[in-house]
Amino acid sequence: MTEPTIFELSKPNRKGIRFPAPDVPLAELPKDFLREELPLPEVPENEVIRHFTNISQLNHAVDTGFYPLGSCTMKYNPKINEETARLPGFSQIHPLQPVETVQGALGLMHETQQWLSEISGFDAVSLQPAAGAHGELTGVLIIRAYHRSRGDTKRTKMLVPDSAHGTNPASSAMSGMKMVELPSNDRGNVDLDVLKAECDDTLAGIMITNPNTLGLFDENIIEACQLVHESGGLVYGDGANMNALLGIYKPADMGIDVMHFNLHKTFSTPHGGGGPGSGPVGVTKELADFLPAPLVVMTSEGDEDNPAFYDLINPEQTIGRVKSFHGHFSIIVRAFTYLLILGKNGLKDVATHAVLNANYIQARVKDIYHIPYERMCMHEFVTEGRWEDAPGIRALDISKRLIDFGFHPPTNYFPLIVPEALMIEPTETETKETLDAFADTLLQIADEAKNNPDILHNAPTKAPFGRLDEVKAAKELILKTQLPEDY
Amino acid sequence: MKAPADLKYSKNDEWIRVEDEVATMGITDYAQDQLSDVVFVEIVVFEGDKLGQGETCAVVESVKAAADIYLPVGGEILAINEALVDSPELINEDPFGKAWLIKIKISDPGELDSLMDAEAYKNLERDH
Amino acid sequence: MYTSHTQADREAMLKTIGVDKMEDLFQSLPDEGKFPELALPGGITEMEALDELQYISTANETPQELVSFLGAGAYNHYIPAAVDSILRRSEFYTAYTPYQPEISQGTLQAIFEYQSLIAALTGMDVANASHYDGATAVAEAVNMAYHNFRGRRKKIVLSPTVHPQYRDTIHTYMKGMNLEIVGENLKSEDGPDELIPLIDDQTALVLVQYPDFFGRIFDLTKLSEAAHANKALFSVHVNPISLGLIKPPSEFDADIVTGEGQALGIPMAFGGPYLGLFATKNQYVRKMAGRLAGETVDTQGKRGYVLTLNTREQHIRREQATSNICTNQGLITLASTVYLSLLGKNGLQELANLNYHKAHYAAERISTVPGFMVNPVQPFFNEFVVHCPLPAAEINQLLLAHDILGGYDLSQDYPDLTHELLVAVTEMNSRSEIDFMVEVLEEETHD
Repeated sequence: MTEPTIFELSKPNRKGIRFPAPDVPLAELPKDFLREELPLPEVPENEVIRHFTNISQLNHAVDTGFYPLGSCTMKYNPKINEETARLPGFSQIHPLQPVETVQGALGLMHETQQWLSEISGFDAVSLQPAAGAHGELTGVLIIRAYHRSRGDTKRTKMLVPDSAHGTNPASSAMSGMKMVELPSNDRGNVDLDVLKAECDDTLAGIMITNPNTLGLFDENIIEACQLVHESGGLVYGDGANMNALLGIYKPADMGIDVMHFNLHKTFSTPHGGGGPGSGPVGVTKELADFLPAPLVVMTSEGDEDNPAFYDLINPEQTIGRVKSFHGHFSIIVRAFTYLLILGKNGLKDVATHAVLNANYIQARVKDIYHIPYERMCMHEFVTEGRWEDAPGIRALDISKRLIDFGFHPPTNYFPLIVPEALMIEPTETETKETLDAFADTLLQIADEAKNNPDILHNAPTKAPFGRLDEVKAAKELILKTQLPEDY
Repeated sequence: MKAPADLKYSKNDEWIRVEDEVATMGITDYAQDQLSDVVFVEIVVFEGDKLGQGETCAVVESVKAAADIYLPVGGEILAINEALVDSPELINEDPFGKAWLIKIKISDPGELDSLMDAEAYKNLERDH
Repeated sequence: MYTSHTQADREAMLKTIGVDKMEDLFQSLPDEGKFPELALPGGITEMEALDELQYISTANETPQELVSFLGAGAYNHYIPAAVDSILRRSEFYTAYTPYQPEISQGTLQAIFEYQSLIAALTGMDVANASHYDGATAVAEAVNMAYHNFRGRRKKIVLSPTVHPQYRDTIHTYMKGMNLEIVGENLKSEDGPDELIPLIDDQTALVLVQYPDFFGRIFDLTKLSEAAHANKALFSVHVNPISLGLIKPPSEFDADIVTGEGQALGIPMAFGGPYLGLFATKNQYVRKMAGRLAGETVDTQGKRGYVLTLNTREQHIRREQATSNICTNQGLITLASTVYLSLLGKNGLQELANLNYHKAHYAAERISTVPGFMVNPVQPFFNEFVVHCPLPAAEINQLLLAHDILGGYDLSQDYPDLTHELLVAVTEMNSRSEIDFMVEVLEEETHD
């Protein structure tokens, strides 16, 4: 059955909430500015709840089933995080309150900065960026500001490996950098010879993801960072894959100068159907003074009688603000809750189990699915969704067939350097039984692809919807409810 | 792969038909096949513009890719194909005919030498 | 915590992989620096963590303890219980971007309804599925205008009464673009028409806030005409609640409307996550960044939704995309969708009126205190500037001693406005709270 839109549920003079009558005398309204039409729906509360509850049930989510969406780290989101973020002392405070009235919030942010610093090896962390891509923009602008502060204005070349997330080239372009794409070598690492050739006095830096988007730890990372540094450039780290490194290796120790974290991937804050994320940025001490304003600092350590005191400051050479206020605070509360519960050993367990689970699935399917770079993987791996003896079967068909078995498909068609890519990231929070069921299903689908391909082409048949017509959507561009004339 | 013998081709998969000093250009059958269903065409130059070889002249969009289209030769824009705005599917149906994009008055015929003939285009090495 | 394998599971899995122990999984990492000892505490239980977080949260003072008239871009509004009830549905909050439409129709339909509601509210043709907040939405408006003219127009005319933090954000975002940003040095007391002489044929965008940062409502007709006479784009940043009362920017022929959506059912939460509203005219839909859901049908002909115009986005266009935005405010758009669905037409009108009347009552009462002045003729919505007999920072200190957050001290951003306090009043402020503040002002500033 087609679920009506909220507009189609509307009937004049219904309402879902009432407000108190004014307890003040009425003022004269600004008659030159009054609005005449306000075409919003009118729906009672119970119908609103029923509508959104009904459509929610059309979603696959981490809480309904396995979600091995590569590069996205769809781990379980602990429920306690939702409770702590909603404590009135966190959810009801205004961002511009005097700092003496929000010492709890500032202290929590300071503590989170410290934890992220220790985990990553960076000297300073800003919590302001709102998402991973936002952190990238921040990081590239920091690199730009660093070179310019030294009068080195000709450094505008940013190297981006061909396996990078699309946000990397886009962030570098937004910052006014000229992007140069770097090919990967036959082991999936950065090609050092090509890198060497690009290392000149116009090099601003390199944007590198490690483990990279093939799920492989770049074996040339130390040397690559050295090469870039020797020629005066800086190294940006895309922290999307940090889940594999917690307690395993500190990105700063690889030679990375600036990196963003994805709290919504690595630190269990929910993905929210597309956000909000949070993309804190960590930097070495040479770059700390360029971080976006404001930063949380401890201005007095406190003693037995007085608590520590925290304040907000603007670093002297700051790139400026990247958004309003201080960052996605309530996401930070969730991540901090997670950090406290895990502690140092729990963090290392996250990474080791994420890597164990990915390697386990890879080992179970690698004889049937072609793995283009067959090595021990980190927290995810990439396989090709195609076989010579199954013509006409594409990665997309495998994905749609997985839906029939109750699994969310892997990431499709990324990274771009692997044809018909399927990128599988199980995360640490899945049981062996789930991993086995998924591997079994992949093997069964491979068999179907060769012997009964139509079953793949027609999939999914057991989902709430069949395949949707994307061409029609893009051609007709119906981007809002079509209201009748007299709405 | 279709590639009429009377046309010249760029490595970016544009074709060009030269009649006297006027050239008509479009995108090749191979290009439309790679894009799949084209849903939108935007020609970003105007009649009378004088542009150089390799400058962006259009964007062709399908559900899976958006491709920038470059001028295979420089010159003055004489005409643009307005029909594509309402019927972008022409690119898939008739890439070498009804789906021409732009007519150009060629400023430097020497630039034609940098283009390929049909045979060379067919043998062009592809990444995939 | 949150991992489930038994020792036997681990051993079986390692055997399948073909290694002996967990450490062997990391053989491609350099030995130096591998497995660092983290100088962090050990883990604690959920019970202890809740205790700790509760303790920390009590070190903050909320509107339960403080009477607040603080606004300046974040507002204390009532959030109906039904909003959080829907947000807690984990089918919504534990899903990600709806890349697989067959199993994501909940998220997709919610996005489609969000787009519909924001388009209706702003009077625009089309809205995207969000930017991070008001500041980044405004910066993306500048970015869109820059790309609309393919970088050929380099001038942005920016009103000095756009939120100062948003203006900062624009400057940060545009660092690499060599833009000339003019207008911010004009006197903030003047209206938007002062910007008109700055507009020329190199102008890509004219950008104002409505109501402006000082809460004032101005007629934008002439400014819009001047922008369009020069073929520049005209962008208006709104407070969405005000649009329940005052006419939408579409009536001034705005090309882009941005807004801070926090007022639409989102907690203040010390500044985030909030919601960047972004809407435009049909003709600019392909220039707009951000996600879009479009209506279509499935193989059975059933109406459904997909993400559309993906090819504008970074994952396909890479360095040629207008913006790098990927993860957006997903769940926050859902909050505002449920909020606007509950309020509907009448609820939003009621609420906007309530804010208007309370703010005007407060302004009138404060004006009766000797030495305090509010411009008596300038229309405003729920926020207004009070000229004080003492520096605004001192007034705030006096009020805080009585557990009142007086407002925003404008001298922080406008050095000339030393005695000006920006006061916000919402439906959450009762008449007795307003009277209490007025009493304190009378007492504390009486000689």
